[in-house]
Amino acid sequence: MLDSLTAALRELLPHDAVITDPVRLRTYECDGLTYHRATPGVVVLPESAEQIAGVVRLCNETGVPFVARGSGTGLSGGALPREDGVLIVTSKMRRILEIDLPNRRAVVEPGVTNLAITEAVRDQGFYYAPDPSSQQVCSIGGNVAENSGGAHCLKHGFTVNHVEACEVVTPDGDIVVLDRMDPGYDLLGAFVGSEGTLGVATKVTVRLTRVPEAVTTVLAAYGTIEQGGEAVSAIIAAGIVPAAIEMMDALSIEAAEAAVRCAYPSGAGAVLIVELDGPRAEVARQFARLLEICSGAFELRVADDPAERAAIWKGRKSAFAAVGRISPAYIVQDGVVPRTSLPQVLAAIDGLSREHGIRVANVFHAGDGNLHPLVLFDDAEPGAGERAEAVSGAILDLCIRHGGSITGEHGVGVDKAKHMPRMFSADDLDTMQLVRCAFDPRGLSNPGKVFPTPRLCGEVPGVRRGVHPLVESGKAEQF
Amino acid sequence: MTGGPGTGPDPKLIGDCVHCGFCLPTCPTYVLWGEEMDSPRGRIHLMGQHVEGTPITPEMAGHFDACLGCMACVTACPSGVRYDRLIEQTRVAVEREHERDPQERAVRGLVFSLFPYPSRLRLLRPGTGLARQMAGFLGRAHPSLGAMAALAPRVPRRQRLPRLVRARGERRAVVGMLTGCVQREFFPQVNAATARVLALEGCDVVIPRQGCCGALSVHSGREDQARRLARRTVRTFERAGVDTVVVNAAGCGSSMKEYADLLGKRPVFRVVDLSEFLAELGPAAERHPLPMTVAYHDACHLAHAQGVRAQPRALLGAIPGLELREVPESAICCGSAGTYNIFQPEAARDLGDRKAAAVAATGAELLVSANPGCTMQISAAMRRAGREIRVAHVAEVLDASLRGVSLGRDA
Repeated sequence: MLDSLTAALRELLPHDAVITDPVRLRTYECDGLTYHRATPGVVVLPESAEQIAGVVRLCNETGVPFVARGSGTGLSGGALPREDGVLIVTSKMRRILEIDLPNRRAVVEPGVTNLAITEAVRDQGFYYAPDPSSQQVCSIGGNVAENSGGAHCLKHGFTVNHVEACEVVTPDGDIVVLDRMDPGYDLLGAFVGSEGTLGVATKVTVRLTRVPEAVTTVLAAYGTIEQGGEAVSAIIAAGIVPAAIEMMDALSIEAAEAAVRCAYPSGAGAVLIVELDGPRAEVARQFARLLEICSGAFELRVADDPAERAAIWKGRKSAFAAVGRISPAYIVQDGVVPRTSLPQVLAAIDGLSREHGIRVANVFHAGDGNLHPLVLFDDAEPGAGERAEAVSGAILDLCIRHGGSITGEHGVGVDKAKHMPRMFSADDLDTMQLVRCAFDPRGLSNPGKVFPTPRLCGEVPGVRRGVHPLVESGKAEQF
Repeated sequence: MTGGPGTGPDPKLIGDCVHCGFCLPTCPTYVLWGEEMDSPRGRIHLMGQHVEGTPITPEMAGHFDACLGCMACVTACPSGVRYDRLIEQTRVAVEREHERDPQERAVRGLVFSLFPYPSRLRLLRPGTGLARQMAGFLGRAHPSLGAMAALAPRVPRRQRLPRLVRARGERRAVVGMLTGCVQREFFPQVNAATARVLALEGCDVVIPRQGCCGALSVHSGREDQARRLARRTVRTFERAGVDTVVVNAAGCGSSMKEYADLLGKRPVFRVVDLSEFLAELGPAAERHPLPMTVAYHDACHLAHAQGVRAQPRALLGAIPGLELREVPESAICCGSAGTYNIFQPEAARDLGDRKAAAVAATGAELLVSANPGCTMQISAAMRRAGREIRVAHVAEVLDASLRGVSLGRDA
């Protein structure tokens, strides 16, 4: 099936846009999560929406599944390829098509990096607000698929709050536009964060945000993580909504120090990074209050200019990759807990770490309770990978038990699909499948992700014949 | 370069890569083509495949050859992956295991029997007219040869440097000076300026007769040639009895700083870049005003390989009247990259055009570049774009300021 499809792809696309050489194909075997690997059947590097639509239509004709990939930095295996499928890579589609400052929007191709948008409009006093830690490399198409967040989501919101419209190739190969202003169902809202299961974004209209008049960044060092956690709750309780509240524990500080010499206060059990932004007067008032609240810190640093601010953020922004300096291998976990549960959950993570003999470094968006435990292990040590997986999974169970979620911003992907039934009932999952099937009845668009089992909507590749089970059971109608 | 015969890239160094992708946007070939195999992360993956037993296929070799070795990825990597080591080890494996087609072999053989030998390189100097006269023929014979001919700059009169240049005023240091191959033959005025600046700042400058430092060979996986040339250079400066060797060519400096890895033994002298050394020494001589706008180009082997970014900017910025402008995308390679613009002329040309546009955007009158390869590459690209710009080395600008003269026309 793949062979005839490949021949057709070669007709459709320029010669060097279709990769079949096995050595080259393997370089696409995983995204930022290396734990799961699969060599794609074929890789295509399209340069337009029409080409993507053509590829998707060919997939439909042959019943071959497809997976979209941007920069390959995802951390839940959302862009894990299919050995029996096509990997559609958007890294050649990186033009900024339009910048419309009066209406505060820009239209970009999906392969444009998150930071490139900001760089294009920064001189005019604007920026693109969502700022995942990988912002200099991650693509906006991937951000839309994962509904990516970042440190500043606490105040400014996630990708879904900053996308005005998307041109999308639907799973059956049509090119449609989903616009926030469309009356009726919020299909754009459904599409953003759908992890590639509802189609491929080919053009994204993003909202541009005015650079705030004032920004003040404070780094507060605490002896223990509990003290840091208390400060976070106190800040929120005081009615302050900072742009960001980030926390790092001793182990992640050690890693960041090794990687980028961030020079955070030595001996800190936790550092808190609090960023205030907005009108100057408001920031000044909040800053005064913040200093009172953080008076328990043993060291406070304040940054008012971009260079000082960059110095404070440097350690935090590099933290994930930096743990590579202190551990041969690691799992980046992503979970959410209510802010008030932070101290108990962190203590429980510490317990898990001791019990399994696996170190866990904690980096998190403390303001919204989004944890990023980094589970460290030595992949050369027999059994260490399995123990790390066990700890990593147990952390998600902890999050669920405390009324939180199995993902804050990295997505479910392939990695967390198995945890979905612990968070959702069978009815919940069936309902999600109804949405999925409305867009992708044949289950060709990024199958095997998000949902734990292929039982409902044709996750098994191949042409579905006969009536869909959902239709048969009266749960859905196909038009 | 540390391994013996038959060794390829070190699996431990490969294992340091966590596949985060932070290197992608800094990689010139990824910037050009957007393909995983031509990114550092992808190339490390290919190295891993080779270590696991996949033979070096022509496709694989092509992706390694396409790497400029600019080391921008090393700067960007949060996990501290030693891509510089990895690609050098890999190039050695490619040279050993990969059968290049006869034409390519011949061209590589020619280049590597030419560039590391200043006396032979002289034949290419346009003074002799050979390169320009033969440009058409060379280009038809092989695109690499055409590229080589097109790069050769106009060369001012040859200047022979004495073996010793005495410090002016109080002597503050004694240093050896590397004259380089391309630098000596194509940019003799840079070496003259370097010696004058060092002397004016109070240094005795020892300039022994010397050959190639081995940089071009190291960067192309020609390990045996590299070791031979490196050993000879070490002997030269050890005999000269200096404990510091000042280098004014970024590519040479970065290789010489790695001699301990190449030879398994640390030389008795330390190697410093000219700007690094002058910044450390501190100014003694008076700076005369040079009212002009200057764009500073970060040579990869200075900025990425040696981490020298602030010093040349500080030296230039301290000259009264001189306005320093930043080149956009300054961390992206100009495409020169040692012999890259000879072996990969198309990619090099695309990167050169990109750099030329960025330099032109600064509107500066003068471009300062601390590496002869970059100087030739960017000059050629600016000429192509019809935006010809004067290019000078940091040493020449400082020399003019210290002596209170205007910058030479040849600069």
